[in-house]
Amino acid sequence: MSMMQNFVGWIDDRFPMTKVWNEHLAQYYAPKNFNFWYFMGSLAMLVLVIQILTGVWLAMNYKPDAQLAFGSVEYIMRDVDWGWLIRYMHSTGASAFFIVIYLHMFRGLMYGSYRKPRELLWIIGVIIYLAMMATAFFGYLLPWGQMSYWGAQVIVNLFSAVPVIGPDLSVWVRGDYVISDVTLNRFFALHFLVPFVLAALVFIHIVALHKVGSNNPDGIEIKKGPKGNRWSDKAPADGIPFHPYYSVKDIAGVAGFLFIYAAIIFYGPDMGGYFLEDNNFFPANPLQTPPHIAPVWYFTPFYAILRAVPSMYGSAFPGVIAMFASILIMFFLPWLDRSPVKSIRYKGGIFKTMLWLFVIDFIILGFLGTKPTTATYKLMAQIGTIYYFAFFLLMPIYSKIDKTKPVPERVTE
Amino acid sequence: MKKLIVALLLAVAPVLSQASEGAHLHDANIDISDQASLQRGARTFVNYCLSCHSAKYQRFNRLAKDLGLTKQEVKENLMFVTDKIGDTMQVAMPSEEAAKWFGKAPPDLSVIARARGADWIYTYLQSFYQDDSRPWGVNNEVFKDVGMPNVLWELQGAQKPVYKTEKDMAGNDTQVFDHFEQVSPGSQSPEEFEETVRDLTNFLVYVGEPIQLKRHQMGKWVLLFIAVFFVLAYLLKKEYWKDVH
Repeated sequence: MSMMQNFVGWIDDRFPMTKVWNEHLAQYYAPKNFNFWYFMGSLAMLVLVIQILTGVWLAMNYKPDAQLAFGSVEYIMRDVDWGWLIRYMHSTGASAFFIVIYLHMFRGLMYGSYRKPRELLWIIGVIIYLAMMATAFFGYLLPWGQMSYWGAQVIVNLFSAVPVIGPDLSVWVRGDYVISDVTLNRFFALHFLVPFVLAALVFIHIVALHKVGSNNPDGIEIKKGPKGNRWSDKAPADGIPFHPYYSVKDIAGVAGFLFIYAAIIFYGPDMGGYFLEDNNFFPANPLQTPPHIAPVWYFTPFYAILRAVPSMYGSAFPGVIAMFASILIMFFLPWLDRSPVKSIRYKGGIFKTMLWLFVIDFIILGFLGTKPTTATYKLMAQIGTIYYFAFFLLMPIYSKIDKTKPVPERVTE
Repeated sequence: MKKLIVALLLAVAPVLSQASEGAHLHDANIDISDQASLQRGARTFVNYCLSCHSAKYQRFNRLAKDLGLTKQEVKENLMFVTDKIGDTMQVAMPSEEAAKWFGKAPPDLSVIARARGADWIYTYLQSFYQDDSRPWGVNNEVFKDVGMPNVLWELQGAQKPVYKTEKDMAGNDTQVFDHFEQVSPGSQSPEEFEETVRDLTNFLVYVGEPIQLKRHQMGKWVLLFIAVFFVLAYLLKKEYWKDVH
């Protein structure tokens, strides 16, 4: 035995190194027909790592203090070596994270990746999405610009719409009667903490994935198909070892992603005011409310839903409920879809139309959330909100009556 | 199906593009790589703006390096409040006093170009007009009832707005701003003044993000590296996947 084998053997007697490597990489059999959409999972993990690393380095020079926060960001941009690059990687990374995750979730919707036996995998994913939203919300306060301040003010005020306990609840969240230095301090603490919870949830997400196995664009369970491939007699015939086949494929995907990511960082980190909002270059001023307050683009669909629902009895609570319901409804998706097939490839025209309309609806709601409310926009947002919920709530009906196509025995190329 | 989606997206596109609103702004048409323009802008800035407005995140030595000036040149021509080249561009005027004089302390201008945009600054600085009802005798077409006097009046001279009559959405006649008319000449011709403001705007855009001068140059090497890396990664993938297909 060589030195290396000796060493690995010594470790394996004490820690399942080779076993974990094989079970999750070298002998983890993934369907061989993954397409473009299957890059998003690995890219999301890459962006999480980028965000945590750049975030830690930003924290080395950032000051969570109402007097100093805005200036410390400019200090990072100007005086810290490569600070501007780390900051732009982080600010662009935040938007990139949501883009990649929205595409990842859309992939799940298209190919029915939430269906049995992947219900728990989907639910863990929705929890990850919630943790992401919380992290992004806490983080957006930190630059302490006008949009940071007033955006947080608006969102924390939502809690005060809760009947009876609302006012006390919002004070408890802020730690003050308005967004202040106290709020900034706790948001910084939470913005640092939640990403590590997020990383733990991602680990759980992958454990769940490797228990049930990956879905694929055909929505066929390769584990139920014939056995035996060139690597193993017992492995699914349509499976290939994740490593090296998907590890090398994902590296190419990473390069493609990094090209776009770097192009934004170096040539347009503001992204026309969508990734870094113009108004956020005015320092936070508690005495001057900006004429128009809008959250960052990735929250705007939900913000549009919030504003679309009219107040009842002088309380904005119904809107708050609608906004939270629009996210929480995703948890129930595995039981709302009654189609006999998983993948959109074999679903009928009704489901396809509903799904594509849902995508357009989400984009329109996102656009409306960035705009001041006018009568036309409000009506559009209300129609959009109704469709958003109809997509989920009517799914048990339309997915059942939809005419499906026969699913092949084996995955298609 | 896909054609339908494209058609729908195209139908929504005009709605999505109605993004710009507010006063009509002129195109500043600046060139951030024009060092001479930045130097002229810096001189205008320290002579006319820096007495009231700070740029407290901009260091003089950074300015010297980025604008191709020696430290001596910066010290002699641009530094009036401090003699330390590593200092930032502060003002001597205490902000409490300033708030008393102008109604509001003049804001720091370090990132004003990022907040307002170059076109806004370029148009704003040329849009002061005579208005005797205001404390400084001037008002601004872009920023109504602004607290700031027209500090560039010496160069620009005085002007007054000319209005035209238009029908509003309800069909009533309203007065709409059309153009400015020169009342008294300044020390610069209108064309020279436009250049002065353009240089100043250019300088403020630079101050908003000093690294942007280098960011673009670096970007192409980064992208080139990633592109080469992508080709290699793709070829590697193709080689491995021969087993699968």
